[in-house]
Amino acid sequence: MEKKMNIRTMPQEDHLLNGHGACAGCGVAVAVKNVMRILGENTTVYVPASCLLVSGGGMYPHSAFDVPFFYSAFENTGAVISGIKAGYRRQGKDVTVVGIAGDGGTFDIGLQALAGAAERNEDVIYICVDNEAYMNTGTQRSGSTPFGAWTTTTPVGKRVQGKRQFKKDLMSVVSSQDIAYAATLSIAHMNDFVQKVEKAKSKKGFRFLHIMTPCTSGWKSDPSMTYDLARMAVETGMWSLYEIEDGETRVTYRPNEMVPITEYLKLQGRFKHMSKEDIETLQGWICQKWNKRYCPAVPPLEKKEEELALNGDHCEGV
Amino acid sequence: MRSVKALTGNQAAAYGVKLCRVEVIPNYPITPQTIIIEQIADFINDGELDADFIPADSEHSAMSMAIGAAATGVRTFTATASHGLALMHEMLYVPPQVRLPIMLVNVNRSLGAGSGIWVEYNDSMAERDSGWMQVYVEDNQEVLDMVLQGYRIAEDGRVVLPFMLCLDGFVLSHTVERVELPQQEEVDRFLPKFVPLNRLDPKVPMSMNIAVSPAHSMEMRYQLDRQMDSARSVIKEVDVEFAKAFGRSYGGLIDTYQMEGAEVALITLGTATSTARVAVDELRAEGKKVGLIKLRFMRPFPHEELRKATKHLKALGVFDRSISANRFGPVFTETRNSMYGSDIPITDHIAGIGGRDLTVPVFKEMFDVLEKSASGKKVRECTWHGLRGEM
Repeated sequence: MEKKMNIRTMPQEDHLLNGHGACAGCGVAVAVKNVMRILGENTTVYVPASCLLVSGGGMYPHSAFDVPFFYSAFENTGAVISGIKAGYRRQGKDVTVVGIAGDGGTFDIGLQALAGAAERNEDVIYICVDNEAYMNTGTQRSGSTPFGAWTTTTPVGKRVQGKRQFKKDLMSVVSSQDIAYAATLSIAHMNDFVQKVEKAKSKKGFRFLHIMTPCTSGWKSDPSMTYDLARMAVETGMWSLYEIEDGETRVTYRPNEMVPITEYLKLQGRFKHMSKEDIETLQGWICQKWNKRYCPAVPPLEKKEEELALNGDHCEGV
Repeated sequence: MRSVKALTGNQAAAYGVKLCRVEVIPNYPITPQTIIIEQIADFINDGELDADFIPADSEHSAMSMAIGAAATGVRTFTATASHGLALMHEMLYVPPQVRLPIMLVNVNRSLGAGSGIWVEYNDSMAERDSGWMQVYVEDNQEVLDMVLQGYRIAEDGRVVLPFMLCLDGFVLSHTVERVELPQQEEVDRFLPKFVPLNRLDPKVPMSMNIAVSPAHSMEMRYQLDRQMDSARSVIKEVDVEFAKAFGRSYGGLIDTYQMEGAEVALITLGTATSTARVAVDELRAEGKKVGLIKLRFMRPFPHEELRKATKHLKALGVFDRSISANRFGPVFTETRNSMYGSDIPITDHIAGIGGRDLTVPVFKEMFDVLEKSASGKKVRECTWHGLRGEM
């Protein structure tokens, strides 16, 4: 059996170059830098309005991408990458076309174009880098913002404190169409991360990668805590790692036991106002998701061990 | 051998697309445009046209796809109307700045509340600041011919701007006329393979349309304005080339009818021109010195051409098939702007709104106003023709 790619064997050549304008501790920068190493130079990147457009696409005459890069609007990632791919196909050029959008550009304003591209089974990769709010415009609530979180449009007021709705289950929306590949990724599980990106690259048809990317400025967290937050999101069940292939869902990492959500919340300023009652509500929502995700569909842990990324090369967190 | 077919305006547009060997065609249906994409789908599924036909989830996505495909350097087409054009609005501002010579056929239809599916120019007039060239056509032969001319103009290295071909909903889109189809080899000679200014290509990587600060964006707008200006001479040149190749010519930015010795004239656009021609003929037979100017291009606007063509007039009228809800129609305000400093009285004539029928008497009524105006009588600056009763 061919050995799977890991963070030691993955390509090391950067295509999101050093000198990009992202904040220290930006989860998006970590995610996209590693995605681009794997996708390689024969790639064309489309980024809609987002932090990545400004920090990576850059400001004329500077750009941090050294592969073809394009932008045109906010809500049309699924559509533009379809057009770019068609243009390349007409010219007989076999190029990996990837759209990298934020959660606002995916969950909310870009959902229609995304659904269209999925339905047409366009031969492209769509990546959502999810920092759970409109961070480029200064932290406004999105369909991805979790329950209870402060944002500038879900402020902590005297009457209402934080967002009252739960995070949209985007993966269910996207995978309701039989697409070639869909996966959730975390920057704290890098072997799992690189394997999923590599798998997405190797497939034909519509591929969707959903990456949890902590945001130091919007989450009001210490820049040094980005990795810990990404890891804790998975351990608490706020985020789970799985892939959907040929209609089958496979959990790629299962926490040994559920860490209470307070351990995740206390690291972030956006949750510091939360009442005991709200925390219990959020914990209840997580428990439901946990049960749905990990039991009883997932076989006992020991039987799946060799497939689990955590038990792969023992270089988590390197 | 050239063939002759009985085609609707929409079919003529589709035949033009086929003859131009367009490669990527994102599409979304809307009345009265839909037949264009249906006809193209037939061509593709019958193996008569080799192109990527992408059914979009909206007009916004259709234009986004066209932009993506054109950015890789292939010839691209899409079509829409009214609400579809309005939904594209945001994306229409991208191709002019990124210099993507996309062709868009807009089948004119009224827009917004209190409207139906019939012809009015509010939809495309609202986009005249976007940086697209805009031509309004009179018959189905002109539809086909302007698809051919449009690509040649748009892709010319001195222009490289997107091209919007506007044709009247139903009056042209669904009306069958005689259309002469050129041979494929003739079109291939007239319209060489598209060579883009810039393209997305991993072999020559470049970032296109990234953020631009105030330190550079003003120069980009200046260049766009210059490009639109340089399109004027290219439009005329291509019309001459077209005449050499196919034996038909349209006069470039404007065309004139019975302007020799005319004392009053009306500016018209679209199919209204054909009806107005009849009115002119009848009035000329009565000995009245009337003439007609067919405004073909709204962008670039024919400032100099209009001044030259109207020099000898005693009164000038402007037909407007849309209204800015600010007293005047857009063609009038632009014409009066071009005529600044001239002492010829200019009046606006709003008619055919919401697809209301335009008949010969309506245009005769306009010429009546113009003759009064020419004789020094006071007339309204703007008259609505064909209103039901006194409003």
